Amino acid sequence: MSEQHEGPIGAESETPDAPQNDAPQNEEADGKKGFSRRTFVKVGVIAGAGLTLGVSYRLIRGPGQPATDAAFAPSAFLRIDTDGSITVMVDRAEMGQGVATALPQLVAEELDVAWDQVSFEFAPAHPAYGIFGMQVTGGSTSVVQSWEPLREAGAKARWMLREAAAQQWGVPAAQIRMQGGIAINADGSELTYGALASAAASIGVPRSVPLKDATDFEIIGTSVPRLDVPEKTTGEAIFGLDAGPSDTRVAVVARSPVFGGTLSGFDPAPALGVEGVDEVVELESGVAVVANGYPAAKAGRDALLVEWDEGPESDLDDAEILRRFATAIEEGGGSVRDDGDVEAAFEENGEAIQATYRLPYLAHATMEPMNCTVWVRDGRCTVWVGTQFQNAPAIAGGGARQVAAAAAGVDADDTEIHTTFLGGGFGRRAERDYIREAAELAGKVSGPVKVIWSREDDMQHDFYRPASYHELGAVLDSDGKPAGWQHDIATQSILEHLVPVWIPGFAEHFAGSKDPTATEGASNHPYHVPNINVNFAKVDLPVPVGFWRSVGHTHTGFVVESFIDELAHAAGQDPYQYRRELLDAHPRHLAVLDAVAKASDWGSPAPEGRARGIAVVESFGSYVAEVAEVSVEDGRPRVHKVWCAIDCGVVVNPAIVRAQMESGIVYGLTAGLYGEINIDKGRAVQGNFDTYRMLRMNESPEVEVLLMPSGDDPGGVGEPGTPPIIPAVTNAIFALTGQRVRDLPIRLT
Amino acid sequence: MAKFTVNGEAREISVPGANPLLWVLRESLALTGTKFGCGIGQCGACTVLLNGQPIRSCQFPVNAAEGAEITTIEGLSPDGAHPVQRAWVEEQVPQCGYCQSGQIMAASALLATTENPTDADIDAAMSGNVCRCGTYGAIRRAIHRAAEMAGDPRGAQPGGRVETGGAGGDR
Repeated sequence: MSEQHEGPIGAESETPDAPQNDAPQNEEADGKKGFSRRTFVKVGVIAGAGLTLGVSYRLIRGPGQPATDAAFAPSAFLRIDTDGSITVMVDRAEMGQGVATALPQLVAEELDVAWDQVSFEFAPAHPAYGIFGMQVTGGSTSVVQSWEPLREAGAKARWMLREAAAQQWGVPAAQIRMQGGIAINADGSELTYGALASAAASIGVPRSVPLKDATDFEIIGTSVPRLDVPEKTTGEAIFGLDAGPSDTRVAVVARSPVFGGTLSGFDPAPALGVEGVDEVVELESGVAVVANGYPAAKAGRDALLVEWDEGPESDLDDAEILRRFATAIEEGGGSVRDDGDVEAAFEENGEAIQATYRLPYLAHATMEPMNCTVWVRDGRCTVWVGTQFQNAPAIAGGGARQVAAAAAGVDADDTEIHTTFLGGGFGRRAERDYIREAAELAGKVSGPVKVIWSREDDMQHDFYRPASYHELGAVLDSDGKPAGWQHDIATQSILEHLVPVWIPGFAEHFAGSKDPTATEGASNHPYHVPNINVNFAKVDLPVPVGFWRSVGHTHTGFVVESFIDELAHAAGQDPYQYRRELLDAHPRHLAVLDAVAKASDWGSPAPEGRARGIAVVESFGSYVAEVAEVSVEDGRPRVHKVWCAIDCGVVVNPAIVRAQMESGIVYGLTAGLYGEINIDKGRAVQGNFDTYRMLRMNESPEVEVLLMPSGDDPGGVGEPGTPPIIPAVTNAIFALTGQRVRDLPIRLT
Repeated sequence: MAKFTVNGEAREISVPGANPLLWVLRESLALTGTKFGCGIGQCGACTVLLNGQPIRSCQFPVNAAEGAEITTIEGLSPDGAHPVQRAWVEEQVPQCGYCQSGQIMAASALLATTENPTDADIDAAMSGNVCRCGTYGAIRRAIHRAAEMAGDPRGAQPGGRVETGGAGGDR
């Protein structure tokens, strides 16, 4: 790699040592202690900034701090340079969902600047960001949690700039108009925000300022162009794979092919015989082969002779997993919902309708395979990585920063995370395994090193969407409405390896057998049923599981929306009307359902050879209904058109919301049509796109998205498009063929 | 030793001849706009042009590029103003953006041979490029839009502009 020039994220560029890190459990005190006015000024000078405005999440500290106070600098969301450029610090990961645009929109709206003046930078990993120091991008929460604080950041900065102008002109602030990044005096004279920035920095941050009325929004609610698009069309956007110093070496790691296996021995000689391979290093996760580039590292890894102790689960396969699920339900799970008297309802009403649904493991398959670059030297650790989880208290398991520090044997205070663009996240990059491993290796070798996962490494060492097994039963009353509903779910717990058990009361509500991600969408489905039981039987398996775009709703959305469809047909009623009547207490569900039915002309016959299916799911604070129009060609379902209506509260950027709906639909459809990680001999069978198929251009449906007007606070949009699509398709398949699809991926008989 | 032209610049590379072109571009020439996705030619993230034809550089041995003219995303235009790139901006195609270099190179090759591609042409030319964010609809719209820009003096000839765009960003 001798000819490689300095990477765009150069290790030599010493970013301001701000914000430094602090003990997360005592943020406020630390913020005051650790961030003197001097530190702030230093930051400002290094960054070339006139005004740096910090804002804290109200949940933690309440409204804004005075400018002279130490709490000013650490949570800086906004910088106004003396040249008038506006930089919003984005504390969330940009993985395609549009946060690097939507979050700056919130600031820009209240700041009264023109959109073309705004740019963004990724914020450092720091406890000042996020909730309780958890700097996480997940759960479709970025806009939800930033909605108030980032608008406040803009409004307060605007207020301070106006005060600065008032002082300069010696006039009352009230007579100054702020517009397009300019303060305009009553006499028509003007000062740019850039010219005011330095003076504004010495004005106290107001405790609270009024925020705009929604009717006055000019940037929020408009499809301003994404800030990250231009560099994503020229190859200039820097992803983790592209980042790091010019002399970075590459490592490929051999990991136990069997889940739960451990290293028992290895012979490095064949790897060291590969031209370009420098060294072979034993790690907690396996054996790393370090070389001058990926081809040599990969060839070296493949040549390595490794012996694994495969552990107790080396015979595990799909059939055994299903058997354990069924056994767990037989033995009885814990109740997560118990309304009325289900037993009595089943006795008093007619024959029960029963069904079993089975869903496979799914890989995330981000386009950019996992990778992480780390350089450990002189007691410092620098990390370049695309991560959804930059920072968290070490006691809670730590974010990228804490995990890298611990693995490298360096203080978290001396560890710096450069967050890059993410070539897809979908929950996979909320895990920190790939960061821990790279940091451990970097601590054992000299110079910067980048661990690159092959596609096979990525797919066979994922934290999968858990497989699940659902047994359902229902009885209908004389009107055909469900009188009793029984749902037993067997699956693994995602939260088990993540929950901060140190928080009092947390474990008993969220961990293990109470894991809400296993039952969300099933335990709280909105349909009116007087007697309802939902149970969760937790099954322990060695297959790693994690968050996968829309998490529990990926399986409960499919199961509940399929089963309600089964009940509608059993009652001889139209599936749309049947849902309507059971949702009379849920106006937002009803509204999206009605909108999508109208757009798809639900009552009318579908074109020859096609049928339509419908589904509605609330997730992450947003309500989404979808109708899919499907035919069967050569024994395979083909989805021609999807109508999608979303109520996500106030819409920050309509084009991004539409794009996220299309995105979520393609992601879900890919899973429904093809997605399946099989387990055989204790390992993942599929390894690449030849066996783990992706939906492609020629199979991609036309998608029409309807945005419901709303004044409600924003809900999420990254995930909610995904849950309804599979049941919309399988319900259409039932309408077309009479086959009820209860196992995924879809296989027609 | 392999000799070829990358984005108009003559290059001599000394790596094992069987090494994939992708890694020569990324690691030896620091042209990181071309991405690694699967390593088996299944996803198209590594698409570059070889004498104007789209190839999967992750599967293409560098010695087979001897004497060829290679165009990467960095060399498609000097300023990001190739009609396909402009259409990509106008239609706001990218989400995560990781696959988009490959998508843009594939689309530019399509438009170089097919002035006004039909949806079927687009399906045929673009179905080798996976987008996990599901931007297919936006890509289709952008290709149609780029085709409409046919009258633009910059033209739609891939590889016609050979100045090196450079891999560096300022982030």
